[in-house]
Amino acid sequence: MIAGLYIDGHSALHRAQAGLKVLALIALGTGVFLISDWPVLGGVLITVLALYPVSGFGPKILWAQIKPMIWLLILFFVVQLWLNDWQAGLVVILRLAGIVLFAGLVTLTTKTSDMLAALERALMPLARFGVNPEKVSLAFSMVLRFIPVIAHVGHEIRDAQRARGLDKSIIALIVPLIIRTLKMADDVADAIEARSFDPE
Amino acid sequence: MISLENVTVEFDQRRVLDDISVTLAEKRIGIIGANGSGKSTFARLLNGLQTATSGTVRIDDFDAAHDGRKLRRHVGFVFQNPDNQIVYPVVEEDLAFGLKSLKLPKAEIDRRIDDILARYGLFEYRSHPSHLLSGGQKQLLAISGVLVMAPRYIIFDEPTTLLDLRNRNRVERAIAELDQTVITVSHDLDLIADYDRVLVFENGKIAVDDTPANAIPKYRKMMA
Amino acid sequence: MSTKDIVYIALFAAVMAVLGLFPPITLPISGVPVTAQSLGPMLAGAILGARRGGLSILLFVALVALGLPLLSGGRGGFGIILGATGGFIIGWIIAAFVIGLLIEKFWNKLNVINAAFSIAMGGIVVLYAIGNFWVSVVVEISYWQATVGAAPFLIGDAIKVAIATAVCLAVRRSYPLISRSR
Repeated sequence: MIAGLYIDGHSALHRAQAGLKVLALIALGTGVFLISDWPVLGGVLITVLALYPVSGFGPKILWAQIKPMIWLLILFFVVQLWLNDWQAGLVVILRLAGIVLFAGLVTLTTKTSDMLAALERALMPLARFGVNPEKVSLAFSMVLRFIPVIAHVGHEIRDAQRARGLDKSIIALIVPLIIRTLKMADDVADAIEARSFDPE
Repeated sequence: MISLENVTVEFDQRRVLDDISVTLAEKRIGIIGANGSGKSTFARLLNGLQTATSGTVRIDDFDAAHDGRKLRRHVGFVFQNPDNQIVYPVVEEDLAFGLKSLKLPKAEIDRRIDDILARYGLFEYRSHPSHLLSGGQKQLLAISGVLVMAPRYIIFDEPTTLLDLRNRNRVERAIAELDQTVITVSHDLDLIADYDRVLVFENGKIAVDDTPANAIPKYRKMMA
Repeated sequence: MSTKDIVYIALFAAVMAVLGLFPPITLPISGVPVTAQSLGPMLAGAILGARRGGLSILLFVALVALGLPLLSGGRGGFGIILGATGGFIIGWIIAAFVIGLLIEKFWNKLNVINAAFSIAMGGIVVLYAIGNFWVSVVVEISYWQATVGAAPFLIGDAIKVAIATAVCLAVRRSYPLISRSR
């Protein structure tokens, strides 16, 4: 199974329920857009940053969260500086950094399987609107199961096309990949039915 | 007991099985024939994956046309490629998949999973990612996924085609040890050499119905 | 929804993840990176149709949000969805759905022109409308400014529309899934 981005630990955030953390994230994500006062947003960001060492994550892990967005943040700041003023620039980047880093914290402290379980519980009330939680759960699991299988098929196709000198053509790689996946889907559906999967 | 009466299957006007009538009561039944002879379609009829265009398919007290759901629990099906029938990313999750739909209590699910893993020497792989198993282990997991459902009959469709010799032999042994009635579709003639009865399919009909000792040489002659 | 539909949805979400493993190609002159992954929503809509295509991308995005590093370059987690370019990720779901709707409409007389039109409508017009709107809100710039900023990426997307059109027509010949379902 594909390893998630979770990093093991025993902090309060690690122990908090997955659903609760996601709710907090939604609340924060909404909250920061209601505030356009840079010192307050700065306070939010500092709090989020402080949660990293509190949850047992060192500067290396924190930097790995910041690094992918640093150029975007600089770009956004420059754009705002050019269009408005430096305060507007700070609002934009503090807000964005605050949400993204808190989201990163939720991802780092929550196992994917716990997230999945929380999602399944959240879907329960939707059952009366025709959403079948068993089918949803099967779909999620199947994606994880078939990523390595389809990746393997992709390697086989690339090798075969390389032997024919076609490995530079993305169409010659993708068409057989899709066709083999669809063929596989027919067999998988047969196998699921043969194992008497019956959520009705 | 399996009984087919005047069963015909057509796909797009093409007759794949042509007026088959046969009764099978033996414990080990082999099905052989060239590609496109109708042997796989015949196997798929037996657990309701395929419905007959006309005629009746009966297995014990079940009529395939009406009791599809019950029939699938009564007749298990193991496919050629285990990669296409393992649907969960972790070994024990996959084994629990069918059992959950039987609405069994958690303790019973765990007990059945433990038993089957111990039986095939897969116990240490209980929480192992299923894609990291070897080809032979995957086929044993696929067989386990069917066995935990405790069917009376198990159909194998080319179960050894994708395996190397060592794993082929492991799977052959696993099949031989089963208490269930086994129907095996195969190009691997050694696999069915000590079965009770062999049917040879040709152009949608049963061309030969005999003991393996008689049927296999006839089949070799037909294919020469 | 049949078992087969669920399998198509799940396996296409897996294809989407596998496309993320293909190394990105950097376009000459502009230097804009083109990832194979963003072909996924186009292919999902054009091959599976609106409902199944949209759901397969929704499933993929949900797995990314839950913390799996399935976006190209091994990115994932809630932060990406909530970040500045999150509108493009959410937009993939709608884009696949819209492409599916249009392809279904043209299905019986599908050709290069109306297939490319359908894919461009969903994969460029709808996707950029959502993505640019998101950027404009997060970065506090006008919608027009966001659109100008996103313009260089159009070259890569035009190429993807061409690829997705060719793939969709080739797959339709051997696996016409949309006509089968209705």
